[in-house]
Amino acid sequence: MNPFSSRPLAEIPDGSVAGVVMPHDAAWDHVTGKALYTDDLSHRFAHVLHAWPVQVFVAHARIDSLDAAAARTMPGVARVLTAADVPGINDYGELGDEPLFPDEVQFHGQAVAWVLADTLEQARLASEAIEVSYTELPSIITTQEAIAAGQFQGPRATLQRGDADAALATAPHRLSGGIDIQGQEHFYLETQASFATVDESGQVFIQSSTQAPSHTQEVAAQVLGIPSNQVTVQCLRMGGGFGGKETNANPYAAVAALGAVLTGRPVNVRLNRTQDLTMTGKRGGFHATWEAGLDDEGHIVAYKAVVTADGGFSVDLSPAVVSRALCHVDNAYYLPNVHVVGRIARTNKTSHTAFRGFGAPSGMIITEDLLGQAATKLGIGEEEIRRRNFYAPGQTTPYGQVVSQAGRMNDMWDKLKDTSDYDSRLLEVAAYNEAHRHSKRGLAITPVKFGVSFNKPVLNQAGALVLIYRDGSVLVNHGGTEMGQGLHMKMMQVAATALGLPLRRIRLAPTRTDKVPNTSATSASTGTDLNGGAVKNACEIILDRLAPVAAGLLGVNSHDVRITGDVVGALGTEQTVGWGELVETAYLQRVSLSATGYYRTEGIHFDPATYQGNAFKYYSRGVAVAEVEVDGFTGAYTTRRVDLLHDVGSSLSPLIDLGQIEGAFVQGAGWLTQEDLRWDTTEGPQRGKLLTQAASTYKLPSFSELPQVFNVDLYVHPTDDGSIYGSKAVGEPPLMLSIAVREALRAAAAAFGEPGQQVELPSPATAEAVYWALDQVRRPADTAAVAAD
Amino acid sequence: MDAEITLHVDGRERTFTVDTRTTLLDALRDRLGNTSPKKGCDHGQCGACTVLVEGRRINSCLALAVAHDGATLTTAAGLADETDLHPMQRAFLDQDGFQCGYCTPGQICSAVGMLQEANAGHPSAVSTGDGPTGTPLNDEEIRERMSGNLCRCGAYVNIVAAINQAQQAAPQVRQES
Repeated sequence: MNPFSSRPLAEIPDGSVAGVVMPHDAAWDHVTGKALYTDDLSHRFAHVLHAWPVQVFVAHARIDSLDAAAARTMPGVARVLTAADVPGINDYGELGDEPLFPDEVQFHGQAVAWVLADTLEQARLASEAIEVSYTELPSIITTQEAIAAGQFQGPRATLQRGDADAALATAPHRLSGGIDIQGQEHFYLETQASFATVDESGQVFIQSSTQAPSHTQEVAAQVLGIPSNQVTVQCLRMGGGFGGKETNANPYAAVAALGAVLTGRPVNVRLNRTQDLTMTGKRGGFHATWEAGLDDEGHIVAYKAVVTADGGFSVDLSPAVVSRALCHVDNAYYLPNVHVVGRIARTNKTSHTAFRGFGAPSGMIITEDLLGQAATKLGIGEEEIRRRNFYAPGQTTPYGQVVSQAGRMNDMWDKLKDTSDYDSRLLEVAAYNEAHRHSKRGLAITPVKFGVSFNKPVLNQAGALVLIYRDGSVLVNHGGTEMGQGLHMKMMQVAATALGLPLRRIRLAPTRTDKVPNTSATSASTGTDLNGGAVKNACEIILDRLAPVAAGLLGVNSHDVRITGDVVGALGTEQTVGWGELVETAYLQRVSLSATGYYRTEGIHFDPATYQGNAFKYYSRGVAVAEVEVDGFTGAYTTRRVDLLHDVGSSLSPLIDLGQIEGAFVQGAGWLTQEDLRWDTTEGPQRGKLLTQAASTYKLPSFSELPQVFNVDLYVHPTDDGSIYGSKAVGEPPLMLSIAVREALRAAAAAFGEPGQQVELPSPATAEAVYWALDQVRRPADTAAVAAD
Repeated sequence: MDAEITLHVDGRERTFTVDTRTTLLDALRDRLGNTSPKKGCDHGQCGACTVLVEGRRINSCLALAVAHDGATLTTAAGLADETDLHPMQRAFLDQDGFQCGYCTPGQICSAVGMLQEANAGHPSAVSTGDGPTGTPLNDEEIRERMSGNLCRCGAYVNIVAAINQAQQAAPQVRQES
């Protein structure tokens, strides 16, 4: 047995830096503005060409001709890129359904060509001189239009268990409903950016703000018609990703690479904000209809739903998004009889894509909506009905996976109820509502259970490359990308823990495809689990080689060697040597000091045909309590208090994890309450245009909407098994804690009406939407009073 | 039309010729190579480009460079001296007041300018007017006065904590009303 690489994944060595409070890895560079993003790089190069897209502003049209003759002769113009310039395959889509230079416009503002010029202004002026003539085609903008027209794309999925129809027929209580859950714009503050150069050997080097460097490399190579070993992609860091740079970085990297190859000059592609908003995919909206049967105690005994995701004009990641939605309609609840159909609408909009949560939030909202309404109908408290439906230990999900740690949900639920004073505040809220006619408060508690692993099993693998130099310093490369989630610091902590070294010994290299190949996107919250496993593996492979060297120096057995805090010692001896001495001795003895590491998540499988399998390595959990106050005249509301309790296992980096939980909640609450994507759905000349093209019309969460009181805690419990140093993923799961705000708003709106009235709440629940929701249930006398006031 | 202008940026005098339509942000980034102010929206809606002009915070994407000929500018890159961080930078670091970091230089410049405004007695929309203004500001005041700086990662809680740390560390100024 190897002395080091046989250590269990979750075993934390003594004196390690796993779990120590650390800032982000580039913290000093961020606060001084020295941290470089992709768009900061072009300033360091001469003769850079700048790119401007030729956008066509029509929802759907066939291009008849594209005349760039005039543009080509304009000042500063180096090249106009069109389909004829593509040496490889003119496509960047998942299914060959996204031409880089299309001959058919499939959404309002799609780019059909690009201009490269010495300055951005010259490129822009030339792009306006390009004449595109087209024939307009019928367009479909909304999901409902697509459903009516039967216009779907990609696979249709069915999640099934038991006999939902039979259970529905005999259920004592039946409910049905429907909801449109609107999408969300990523609005990463750094827009899409790629910078490409070509070296003397023809090697293409793309610096890209991408969550998936390997995928970006594959797409660029495909467009250029060259093998992957001729393209290197590097991502220094991203100014936010949130899923919006999982596939959506690829076309811009391909344009930059193509331009660099054709001109021999560096090419900078950076979308301005308007281009980014009008050209890139978003969280797609979901349309759902559902029927449910409940028994007298409020248990869901039958659950039927048809879920339609708005995929936009192409498939992109929508099948996986729908898969994750279907695998999360259960949230924390046991559903014995289930029949859920998932399908993808094709609309003439940007191609919708990954966004933190990846379909799971929409799946959960359908069920939380159902429970919120069932509570009212059955006269059972909202907290009570949810708790009664929780998974019991040993029960399985509709896709056939045993719910591990099922009892943890109840424990967390009780703990947060206690620390948030839920029961007494429920009475206070009722008293407030009794005393105030035109202002009502709502209090809600909601759970989150989120499966961690890519739904597609093949993606659950990662690599790393660890290099130790003769002076004892360590350079770590891994396949994950940094977008603010603190992955790089966590990987440094993993390397330092695995090697038994202080953090100052460790340096992290930028993510590059020529260091670690064939990597999965940094997404699905798996960045730490996968890359951490690979980094640990690489470190321990080297330690296995160093152990005999140390054993020789110390006169002990290799298996007794221990390294802690830069000091190499062994069981049964007081003698030690320094890390530097060990490394130099190993070098002199001709022992290799570098290694690649690899990790694959064990025990997961999933059959998309039957929708059965062990889809997830483990479940991440959280509980949220939210209290809101709603004004009956305007629907305007404030979030008075939020309490969150979230399970991150044994946190690798508590400060970073807390920030992730807070930030995810803020982003989720933005999606559910403020961020209102609007497209022109009229038959007018701007049909299909994104109307919310700026932060002036698309309301992003700011400081102002923070909960007045905001308590966030990590759930403390014994170390988990089976994941890197006992930690759990944190990127996406806490986003869904924000559903508590939505349910609190429903409760507050309901308080304007007579007890037992169901409130249908659209999403996002903007102040306007809340106003109309509460106005539906408002007592007639109060409506008169509002009019009189 | 081009014009020659002089800017004093982070302690250095820089004289150069710009197209008169050039924004202060583009002049800093493209002409002077100072990429610490970021271009988030280029519409004055996100605050990522915030710099201090004569000590006052502005969105540099909404300012024309020629309109500030002769001005003294401080960016996040110039707040620190040779040996140590500015207290606001130190506070952001201590409190983990960021995630992706893209809005951070703007947030820090904005926070420094914001405390100076408060010390100068400028009220905000939530100031009650019946007490002294100046620092230390309470959380409600900080949130209101910083609301022009967006953080898409939602690091607001820690940014407020960082500003609190910085204003506690700095000499407190009270303006009697």
